[in-house]
Amino acid sequence: MERIPILKMGPMLLVSIQVDMHDQLALTLQDDLTERIVKTRARGVLIDISSLEVVDSFIGRMLGNMAAMSRVLDAETVVVGMRPAVAITLVELGMSLAGVRTALSVERAMEMLQVATADGLRTPDEGMDGGRAD
Amino acid sequence: MPERKSRIAEFIERHEKDLLAAWLERQLVSVASRRDLINEVDLREQSRQFLRLVREAAASGGGDDIQAPRWEAVRELLASISQTRARQGCTPSETAMFVFSLKEPLFTLLRRELGGDGAAIADETWAATVLIDRLGLYTTEVFQKGREEVIARQQHEVLELSTPVVQLWEGVLGLPLIGTLDSARTQVVMQSLLERIVESGARIAVIDITGVPTVDTLVAQHLLKTVAAARLMGADCIISGIRPQIAQTVVHLGLDLTTVITKATLADAFAVALRRVGLAVVRSSPPRA
Repeated sequence: MERIPILKMGPMLLVSIQVDMHDQLALTLQDDLTERIVKTRARGVLIDISSLEVVDSFIGRMLGNMAAMSRVLDAETVVVGMRPAVAITLVELGMSLAGVRTALSVERAMEMLQVATADGLRTPDEGMDGGRAD
Repeated sequence: MPERKSRIAEFIERHEKDLLAAWLERQLVSVASRRDLINEVDLREQSRQFLRLVREAAASGGGDDIQAPRWEAVRELLASISQTRARQGCTPSETAMFVFSLKEPLFTLLRRELGGDGAAIADETWAATVLIDRLGLYTTEVFQKGREEVIARQQHEVLELSTPVVQLWEGVLGLPLIGTLDSARTQVVMQSLLERIVESGARIAVIDITGVPTVDTLVAQHLLKTVAAARLMGADCIISGIRPQIAQTVVHLGLDLTTVITKATLADAFAVALRRVGLAVVRSSPPRA
């Protein structure tokens, strides 16, 4: 079955969406992500959507939901690299994803997450135990 | 009546020279005040050509439907004359007078040719009136169309001119908005802002609305949409240049701008933007007198 990989980088999880999102894929990702956050005790989630060209309201809602779920699990989420056309579409759909943090590049998102997770950051050793990158 | 072939073409052919002279005289009187715009040589040439084409088209018979293919040459000539005059700054009536001033000399000609035959004069005059009116209206139509094209082009240009996105500092974009924001314009503004954000990697954008005359619910909604789209791309927005009057309107209308940072002046907004990107402006030496 088609899956979106979730990579672990220290205390963060990196999700890079490189294919066209369809509904089932989004639901699977949501399951996988929440599971991985719990398993790895990740403090930050970085969702890279720079390859995403088409969004609909469902995918928009899924992005919002994933961020909200991560927050419940005490992990900060940053959505990275949204394309102008996607941003315009989401705004026109009335979904401004309030409460989701955004960044233009992965680099900047890393900075943001480092600041956000600085308090109570686990030691590298502990972080490494969390799990293996896919 | 359309079945009966009008004899106008025949009369024009027989007296083309006289008719042209009389018509030119009428035209020169009517455009006397616009001699600066209309050149007599050109006018003579245009009139001669027009008369010849009308005669040829009318001689080929059929109804007086000027949209028919055989009137195409006449239509083309009228279109070119009309466009030239529009560019020269003539009014629509001055342009239409080119065709309408043909009526009087033509009617005089008809009366002279048909002599005492009252019924024939009435018929021919009617046919001529219908024809000239149609040609005249066509001229005005083309004139109008030319004007509309100019307006459409200018609108497009204004749209492009009035939405520059400038880089104020590394990582800071400025978007000075001038004029009213409607949905078409918002679309352009949003698009160019988002594209510049990607291009420059800016993390903050200052939208300056000093030049926006009024902010109503719709304009505010458009502004918030732009801010939301920029935020989705990871750039924060500051709205600056809010005049006292606009601040009052915003509150009276109950608009919620609390989700955005707002500043009274561009300078204040720029200071916030610099702080956000971790920069500060310091004085290097005392100001010179």
